[in-house]
Amino acid sequence: MLDRVLTRKLRQIVGEENFRDDKEALVAHSYDGTPMLQSLPDGVIYPKDTYQVAEIMKNLAFYSVPVVSRGSGSNLCGGTVPVHGGVVMVMHRMNQILEVDLENLTATVQPGIITAEFITHIESLGLFYPPDPSSMRISTIGGNIAECSGGLRGLKYGTTKDYVIGLEAVLASGEIIRTGGKLMKDVAGYDLTKLLVGSEGTLAIITEATLKLVPPPKSKKTMLAMYKDLYGAARTVSRIIEAKIIPATLEFMDNPTIRVVDDFAKLGLPRDMEAILLIEQDGDLEAVERDIERIREICEAESADRVEVAESREHAEKLLTARRSAFTALARLRPTTILEDATVPRSKIADMVLRINEIARKYNVSIATFGHAGDGNLHPTATTDARDHDEVHRVEQAFEEIFEAAIELGGTITGEHGVGLVKAPFLEWKIGKTGIEVMRGIKQAFDPHNLLNPGKMFAKETRKRVVITRG
Amino acid sequence: MANGNAERSIQNKPAIALSNPMSKTLQLKLDYDQLTNCMRCGFCLPACPTFKETGLEQESPRGRIALMKAVADGIMDPDQAFQDQMNHCLGCRACEPACPADVKYGQLIEQARDAIEDHDVHSVPVKGLRKVFFDGVFPHRGRLKWLGRSLSIYQKSGLRKLVRGSGMMQLFPAYMREMEQILPDATAKGVVEQLGTVYPAKGETIARVALFRGCIMDVLFSETNVNTVKLLSEAGFEVVIPTEQVCCGALHAHSGEMERAKDLARTNVQVFKDAEIDYIVSNAGGCGALLVEYDHLLHEDSEYRELAEWFASQVIDVSMLLFEHGRIPAFAERNACANEPVMVTYQDSCHLRNVMKSSNAPRQLMKQVANVNFVEMKEADRCCGSAGIYNVTQPEMAGQILEHKMEHANRTGASYLLTSNPGCLLQMKLGALKHGVSGQMEVKHVVDFLYERISEIK
Repeated sequence: MLDRVLTRKLRQIVGEENFRDDKEALVAHSYDGTPMLQSLPDGVIYPKDTYQVAEIMKNLAFYSVPVVSRGSGSNLCGGTVPVHGGVVMVMHRMNQILEVDLENLTATVQPGIITAEFITHIESLGLFYPPDPSSMRISTIGGNIAECSGGLRGLKYGTTKDYVIGLEAVLASGEIIRTGGKLMKDVAGYDLTKLLVGSEGTLAIITEATLKLVPPPKSKKTMLAMYKDLYGAARTVSRIIEAKIIPATLEFMDNPTIRVVDDFAKLGLPRDMEAILLIEQDGDLEAVERDIERIREICEAESADRVEVAESREHAEKLLTARRSAFTALARLRPTTILEDATVPRSKIADMVLRINEIARKYNVSIATFGHAGDGNLHPTATTDARDHDEVHRVEQAFEEIFEAAIELGGTITGEHGVGLVKAPFLEWKIGKTGIEVMRGIKQAFDPHNLLNPGKMFAKETRKRVVITRG
Repeated sequence: MANGNAERSIQNKPAIALSNPMSKTLQLKLDYDQLTNCMRCGFCLPACPTFKETGLEQESPRGRIALMKAVADGIMDPDQAFQDQMNHCLGCRACEPACPADVKYGQLIEQARDAIEDHDVHSVPVKGLRKVFFDGVFPHRGRLKWLGRSLSIYQKSGLRKLVRGSGMMQLFPAYMREMEQILPDATAKGVVEQLGTVYPAKGETIARVALFRGCIMDVLFSETNVNTVKLLSEAGFEVVIPTEQVCCGALHAHSGEMERAKDLARTNVQVFKDAEIDYIVSNAGGCGALLVEYDHLLHEDSEYRELAEWFASQVIDVSMLLFEHGRIPAFAERNACANEPVMVTYQDSCHLRNVMKSSNAPRQLMKQVANVNFVEMKEADRCCGSAGIYNVTQPEMAGQILEHKMEHANRTGASYLLTSNPGCLLQMKLGALKHGVSGQMEVKHVVDFLYERISEIK
């Protein structure tokens, strides 16, 4: 329960209808896109501008009430579940594109704008904003910045952090800071812009962002390669890069995923294939055709069983269907779907996939793996049932071992979903004790009273590492 | 509470004594499997009209399912806000095609409303009206005809003029006044009275089909029913109209009168089984969507389950039947100037699109009309706010949605706005009246538009 004087003040700041503490609003903001997590906040607030955010923070700080800022709540790491109660701050009303600067090729936006709507607008101006998380139709730019979202184009074009060049943010104290600007070069002190990108709402509340835009590629070609040998697929990925080709898309699906997708979409995929690669290249037509031809040669040299290059836009759409259906097909198998994002150097993809399959067998759980092969970012996806506590426990054990395996192969516990609540106990595995201490120091500097999204990123205790026995 | 541990569990779970009897009914009626299937990815949010209007999570399918689950889990009492929220949903089911996990949202919202209805929530006048229409009128063919005749007398006898002139309509709420203005001329002469019970195919018979004539359709839009039969005949179908058929029960099911809906379904499956036909044709998306789900409606009824499955598999939308199986006649617009084709746009019926999965067929048929340019309206796949009786029960939200809808409609510059369901038709007429550029846009059922443009009736 929030202090009555505080709620009166909050209502004064945002207006009667933009602060809610009725049960309906609390329940509707007690979860995010992460399965099996729920915790009720004490209030929900919808600010309309930076000034309101600052005023809200001053009051919350005075009463030491925690705040979780969020967009659409579609993250997969429990990043916006209010585990310590407090106020959930929804940024949906701050959804304007403030400016598109054609001379500097930048856009300045409020955080609540939906990613896909922003991209549509930018593309209508003949420009390109590459970060394309799968949730882009619902996610907000602010949420993307908080989680440093990736997407399918990450390999060639980078992720959100590569496009955020300036920020306005409100600190826990209610003070406003501005970082970066419409600048391609700026070394004035620590790079606070990049620090805030991916800070998961634990350092400041982002209220405005300046984003870099690029010219769009002129053409695009799509192809599909299927392999009976997993290592053949993995070697193809490495060889393509070795040949100094960076494809726009380089996606991967393993055998369990292929089977599920075929059951669902009835595409007539060969069910004995161990891997499918979906490859796209974009750029100038001539260069694209040359690259695709070269990639085809590499696929064939690495004994791909079948290679198909799309002849038309419709044909390309058909080839894309398999990969696009992966999540939907898996989500329909069982009631609960847990999608993780363990990431390894791309040269280790085959090893990682084999380890995942081994681990799934060991714990007797079903895990299918698909993902972004080009950047080593895999999505091992467990299908289970939240009500089967025994199985859920085994799934959790399996994922712990998968995280461990990723780190052992030189990878990370999370490539693009963020730490949030779910990965907090494993963060130290990746960055070590000293890393945690440095990060805690940063947190302390921004938010000394731990009011911004408490309970995320830093776990009370680090999970004991599992001992891996090789079979 | 202050732990950052990643145990996946429900935290802060308050112990609510389930003192509220409605909680128990909801727990009993809500399908917990479906509630669990929602993985809260949020992909449904952009598809939801009420979320689009309000931007509030609780006004979204994910939010409403979370509320239902909170009640089922005992985290929340089904208070007035909960009940209002369940009724705030349009039931357009645009969230279902958007859902990766295939959650049956339409079933959940009907279960929730059914449970709420069990607890006597309406004021005395509303209760009375619901009883009159749901029990007293819709299920009874004779009374519907009587209603049609009365309405017809009202409209034609000069009584309407008198009433409108007297200012008496000012005594009614605004939305009723508006509806009174756009109501088409009613008739007691339905399709059977006009064409008989069997209508032969022109040329070689492709299939024998039964028309589901609907109750409101046959009183307010009997001409559309007549045109449907004639159009089907032109396309090679023999059409039968079983006279014993009753209301589909959709309005009952959507309003929480589930048992009544099941009774009606049982009658219909028997009647159509006896008719010995290849397809059951619907020209109203709202009716068709329930007909096609009779298998689900009667899945617990051991006696009728199989028959209902057969019935559901036979149901098809009129545009889809024509487009996929018929000999499509040549259509032409006669009022077009030489180099200026007539512009036509289309508003999807949500249930036709999201449940009967017919969105391509009507568009393809319109595109086949000579001298017509089909122009896609922005957000044509989004609900118009009619949603059964939603525009009567939630006039404010319905009005807001309609206003946005008409902005898109006006921007197309179309002379005809076509749709495939009586509710949508009335709502779009209301939209054209309130927000349309006057006289510019005519609202019609796709079937009427097509039938009137058959180049040469054989």
